[in-house]
Amino acid sequence: MASIKSVNECVIRFANTNGTGSASANSMFAKAIFRMGIPVSPANIFPSNIQGMSTWYDVRVSAKDYMARREGSPDIVVAMNAQSMADDVRNVRPGGFLFYDSSRQIDPALMRQDITFLGMPISEICLREYQAPNLRQLFKNVIYVGALAALLDIDFSVLKGLVADQFKGKEKLVAPNVHALELGYQYATTHFSCPLSIRLEATDKVGSRILIDGNTATGLGAVYGGATVVGWYPITPSTSVVENFEKYCKRLRIDPASGKNNFAIMQAEDELSAIGIAIGAGWNGARSFTATSGPGISLMSEFLGLAYFAEVPMVLVNVQRAGPSTGMPTRTQQSDVMTCAYASHGDTKQVLLFPSSPAECFNMSAQAFDLAEQLQTPIILMSDLDLGMNDQLSDALTWDDKQSYDRGKVLNEQQLDEVEQFGRYLDVDGDGICYRTYPGTHPDKGIFFTRGTSRDEFAIYTEKGDEYVKNMQRLERKFETAVNYLPQPILHPANSGSRTGVIYYGMSDVAITETFDLLAEQGHYIDGMCIKSFPFGQPVQDFIDAHDQVFVIDQNREGQMRKLLIMELEQNPAKLVKVTHYDGMPITATFISQFILQNIIATPVKRNTKRTGS
Amino acid sequence: MSFLKSKFHHPRLARNELGLTHRDYEGSLSTLCAGCGHDAVGAALVQAVFELSIPAHKIAKLSGIGCSSKAPTYFLNQSHGFNTVHGRMPSVATGAGMANRSLKYIGMSGDGDTASIGLGQFAHVVRRRLDMTYIVANNGVYGLTKGQMAATAERGSTTKKGNKVLWPDIDLATMALELGATFVARSFSGDKEQMVPLLKAAICHEGFAFIDIISPCVTFNNHATSTRSYDYVREHVQEGLIADFVPVASDITTSYGEGESNDICLHDGSIIRLHKGSNGFDARDRQSSLGAIHKHRENGEILTGLLYCDPTYRDMHDILNTTETPLNSLNEKELCPGAHTLNGINNGFR
Repeated sequence: MASIKSVNECVIRFANTNGTGSASANSMFAKAIFRMGIPVSPANIFPSNIQGMSTWYDVRVSAKDYMARREGSPDIVVAMNAQSMADDVRNVRPGGFLFYDSSRQIDPALMRQDITFLGMPISEICLREYQAPNLRQLFKNVIYVGALAALLDIDFSVLKGLVADQFKGKEKLVAPNVHALELGYQYATTHFSCPLSIRLEATDKVGSRILIDGNTATGLGAVYGGATVVGWYPITPSTSVVENFEKYCKRLRIDPASGKNNFAIMQAEDELSAIGIAIGAGWNGARSFTATSGPGISLMSEFLGLAYFAEVPMVLVNVQRAGPSTGMPTRTQQSDVMTCAYASHGDTKQVLLFPSSPAECFNMSAQAFDLAEQLQTPIILMSDLDLGMNDQLSDALTWDDKQSYDRGKVLNEQQLDEVEQFGRYLDVDGDGICYRTYPGTHPDKGIFFTRGTSRDEFAIYTEKGDEYVKNMQRLERKFETAVNYLPQPILHPANSGSRTGVIYYGMSDVAITETFDLLAEQGHYIDGMCIKSFPFGQPVQDFIDAHDQVFVIDQNREGQMRKLLIMELEQNPAKLVKVTHYDGMPITATFISQFILQNIIATPVKRNTKRTGS
Repeated sequence: MSFLKSKFHHPRLARNELGLTHRDYEGSLSTLCAGCGHDAVGAALVQAVFELSIPAHKIAKLSGIGCSSKAPTYFLNQSHGFNTVHGRMPSVATGAGMANRSLKYIGMSGDGDTASIGLGQFAHVVRRRLDMTYIVANNGVYGLTKGQMAATAERGSTTKKGNKVLWPDIDLATMALELGATFVARSFSGDKEQMVPLLKAAICHEGFAFIDIISPCVTFNNHATSTRSYDYVREHVQEGLIADFVPVASDITTSYGEGESNDICLHDGSIIRLHKGSNGFDARDRQSSLGAIHKHRENGEILTGLLYCDPTYRDMHDILNTTETPLNSLNEKELCPGAHTLNGINNGFR
């Protein structure tokens, strides 16, 4: 069978055992491609385990900028894990390549005629080159990266530059790493015909973009957004949000004069306490947040109800993973949409933000602190494992130095002196958002009692039905106001007067350009809308109204966003078609387009239209 | 039945250094049962804060859920209050304390709130040495849900309905000591003279101060077979170390002869003056305090008074190395690294 021929369009899979140091070598490989100016999207597929289990690292390379997971088999598999070898051989796309450690003979039963086997005795080379067992293991990874550089035609100087960057300050380690790369490179050039028919070529498709994971961007957003107090509890995949916040705080938030911290982070005893800390700090006038995932959301629900009802600002980052219960803790999903939208008992509603890229994680994370204080309610940033933990090709992070924090309706001592009558829950402006004060502001004005029980406009406890209803209606009004503050959906019109629309959010956005291209090949030009926040604004209603059939893409079983749209906007369920993908792997353009093609009512047209974004 | 609290007061009421009377520190009219120990705790707090001349708005009062947690409404009306969720006051107090280190924090909790649903949060707020005064109004019973036994009720005693308490009780003062509290005391709501100086010392103590106050429930736990009734507690209380509180910069006029008193100097310069009593244990020695509590327990007695104080420990903010400026008052200049720095960060991801 003929080998696959491609330039800058392929998927390479690394099969490793976790805990063997493969992650840094693999990410160096992806970064090298990025530095060659080629769009690249790496994804870690890892177990909930520290050492000894199978782990994969998929790298999609696409000059067309298709950055979602590609459906089907990888073109090249680097098989370094004996445990998963049988699967790894089976998984290579026909016409593709299997690169493996030939120090151990491969089981003849696994041999295939339709792929090319590239064996290199990596273990033997390591045994010869290195004395210490840990180095033998560690350098295996670097050696195969060197070999791949030859096989795929990666610029060797780019790799050398990466090694130099990686070991800045530990220069002693540069030479041995470069040596290991060269060992692999030289072996490949002498034993294989390099480059392969699948190869790379430097280009300029990356532009000013960066390669960063969403959790790092979210943590940085919290630094820029002025967060000072954090309560948290470790849980995959949200842990690195707070770790990154702390890392950048230690770099950027230590007062140069006193050496003291302009931030305070508390690792709490559980998620209940973590959100309690955020609420206590928000109540007391600091910008505060917590980060968690699935099970943590369940535990935080009671407190979310308190913050909603008592109107305490705070930010909650939810890096979603596959549920229910412990579910698949290291796999991705968008399955907390419903539970977060209405988190807690009673008539509650929460504000949700849906980022689709690290740049949006950064912007929304920073903006969330303004929103929380403007709206005096929790803001939940709905990220997910794929976005949070995998490097994404993202627009560079930007900040406008002219902008200032909006601390919301807070009265200071002087303003309180001028106020005739202060009522914490008095709707002075008619927008449902009332004025608050921080504890300690004024000796005898603006003092009130915050509680989760019902109260009147002056924060006095009451069980009078009419006072309760008045307050609940004001809260409803506040959420109508909220829509004006929230990021609006991003439209991707097909400019064809299409009667078919598709609604998506979060990481499904990454698959959408490719989806549109696949649909266009079949004569379908449909309009797209990426939802950015909840509660929904008028543009969402307008989009649905403007189409006869609307597909709603969810990465969960229930079609949670679709249900939310049906309920909140009182839509006819027949009009909104459920597209769900929930096996824990990120959704693909092939999956979406095939589903739409099978279910679309509109007939295909033959035409070429240019799509625009807004 | 509803009452209105009289605003009238005597024109020559004593005034503190701020020119305020104790009435300026009162709260709303209590809706707790007449005779409830919690109201006596509130009254002692009012007196303590009044005498310390602390502006009430520089205090924040936090509570969980239950009768005890309702109590903050009935004292310090000029303080912000936060009635949070059941058993979770410690975490909210932690966040509040992290946000603004310049206020005083008083946490008011009960036995259900602290020894049951909130035991985990209690343990951890002690551990992290939050600078606050944590009061448990301990009556051994669930009041708001009408008379179920609490985790602090003693095994063998019976509830009002006649149910025997089957499980051993949790002693919160012992727990606080074990977990590293730097101020631990126990008192009785029927003994205001003891409560007031202890509360003053606790409020002035920089660090985690815990006071377990036996505060009988007149409605559900004041019967003959209860060990938390007024009568039972009065009969079994053993006052250990008698403590006076000497505020900062006050003229010390009383002179004690050698061996009659023993001073513990707090961070702010105020002094806890211990009378040498007959229950000779050392309130600066954790082991000695624990031993004394256990010994009295074995004798069927409740040891009250100051149990332990060590003002030399560092509090949460010292450990976290937080800036002296309250975090809630920092602005963009101090918090936001700006666009130029961000460009540098971007380059690190290329």
